[in-house]
Amino acid sequence: MDELLKLLKKNALETPENLSKMLDIPIDEVKTRIAEYEKSGIIRGYRAVVNHDQLDIRQVTAVIEVKVTPEREGGFNHIADRISKFDEVESLYLMSGTFDLLLFVSGRDLKDVAFFVAEKLATIPGVLSTATHFMLRTYKDHGVMMEPEEGYERLKVSP
Amino acid sequence: MSDSKSVRNYVASHVRDMPPSGIRDFFEIVSTMKDVISLGIGEPDFVTPWHVREAAIYSLERGMTSYTSNLGLLKLRQAIAEYLHRTYNVFYRPENEILITVGVSEALDLALRAILEPGDEVIYHEPCYVSYNPIITFAHGKPVAIQTTQETGFRLNRAMVEEKLTDRTKAIMLNFPNNPTGAALDLDDLREIGELAVERDLIVITDDIYGELTYDGRHTAISSLPGLRDRTIYLHGFSKAWAMTGFRLGFAAGPAQLVGAMMKIHQYTMLCAPITSQEAALEALKQPESDIEEMKAEYKQRRNFIYRSFEDMGVPCVKPKGAFYAFPRIDKFGLTSKEFALKLLDEENVAVVPGSAFGACGEGHVRCSYATGMEELKEAMTRIQRFIQRRVPAEVG
Repeated sequence: MDELLKLLKKNALETPENLSKMLDIPIDEVKTRIAEYEKSGIIRGYRAVVNHDQLDIRQVTAVIEVKVTPEREGGFNHIADRISKFDEVESLYLMSGTFDLLLFVSGRDLKDVAFFVAEKLATIPGVLSTATHFMLRTYKDHGVMMEPEEGYERLKVSP
Repeated sequence: MSDSKSVRNYVASHVRDMPPSGIRDFFEIVSTMKDVISLGIGEPDFVTPWHVREAAIYSLERGMTSYTSNLGLLKLRQAIAEYLHRTYNVFYRPENEILITVGVSEALDLALRAILEPGDEVIYHEPCYVSYNPIITFAHGKPVAIQTTQETGFRLNRAMVEEKLTDRTKAIMLNFPNNPTGAALDLDDLREIGELAVERDLIVITDDIYGELTYDGRHTAISSLPGLRDRTIYLHGFSKAWAMTGFRLGFAAGPAQLVGAMMKIHQYTMLCAPITSQEAALEALKQPESDIEEMKAEYKQRRNFIYRSFEDMGVPCVKPKGAFYAFPRIDKFGLTSKEFALKLLDEENVAVVPGSAFGACGEGHVRCSYATGMEELKEAMTRIQRFIQRRVPAEVG
């Protein structure tokens, strides 16, 4: 991956001016390349990494393993596309192994997610079975530790 | 203490006459202050890679708490030999040409004590790491400094060394990439200095601790050049490239005669390097490229950032080629390097190290370490800019 993308993945708020200094390239080039990434869809968006455990809101996240029957034409794509259109579905992956699709689903509470699974997901033609796992606590998300280790202070001046 | 005058001074004169490190008193001032952004740190801000720490923990769990061979664990020496051969194209026999030490600091001391007769001269270049001059003196040698300057990018060449040669010259000490300047040597200069060492039958002691942290091009170990291997004591360690300073693990590689002599001192003074650190180092050598590349890429971005920032401020600075230091020139503000550092600390809470701590020719400069997180580095540069904007350069004003 090119260095500019790596830096943006780490901190999307980094200013073009600083990026230009860090990569030793002109500021205009930084801006043009970011615009190109956005236009071509390589960069699909920017968002904050939030520690939901710290917020006083009602929300549960479930990971759901789904077994499906692939279709003769289109394989898994058609059914995956259909499932991913639900607002409840945050992420959806095609997997190797004992099941086919892996979903990350959010709802206000357990009942909310159960309703989605029973009424919407399981009833889609081609869905053979589901296994739902509720998340209890987030330790790390998108490479970010939710509760950083307590810093260890180095000497302030050393040779 | 009324009779203090009658108390004999028991301290040996060569120790008594040695001034304490210039970094030391500055450290005392900084350590009393709160919320300081420090660019004064000579060690990586990264924590040792987790798989290396985990290997150290595992070795403790297995009860590996004993001495090792004086030379160090054979499997570690084998791994080092393999790494040096692969990375720098120079081969050392693990059996008798590699010695594991407590950091490069110990290895440097051993090297000097192993080769110097009282009064032998050792040529080294300044600005340099704070210990070079003192440890030559402690080994009863005579330190002979070459002054390198900003004008020549703090580089060293054959003519500069030649000028300092006498018939008492025993060795030349090199440290590139350099602490505190970030300078590296061109291959041609390295080759010519090497040729001179061969012609004049000098020992080369090279402190290659920052070798991996070379940002433009590749580092060459002088011992890989023709005729140099058997007169070079090559020193390296895990502190910088692997972010393992606290493990205190280094090594010396060289011809069996010299490594054997160093080993003799090491076995009677240190016995061996700590086994936990040796086990950690063994793990560190299992995937050095991926560990180092990630940190190096980040250092390089910070190097670019700090260099461009000084350039934009109009503060002259040689573009660092390696290590993690920038050494900007600040004499135009009409302050000594110590005054500059103290005022910057006082007014903006940013710590840099006065260049004079690294030798007389470091005066007029300050050392800024970029082994500091990017966010802190950005804030530090903003504060430095504010600081110098309040000062009309002496040459203009």
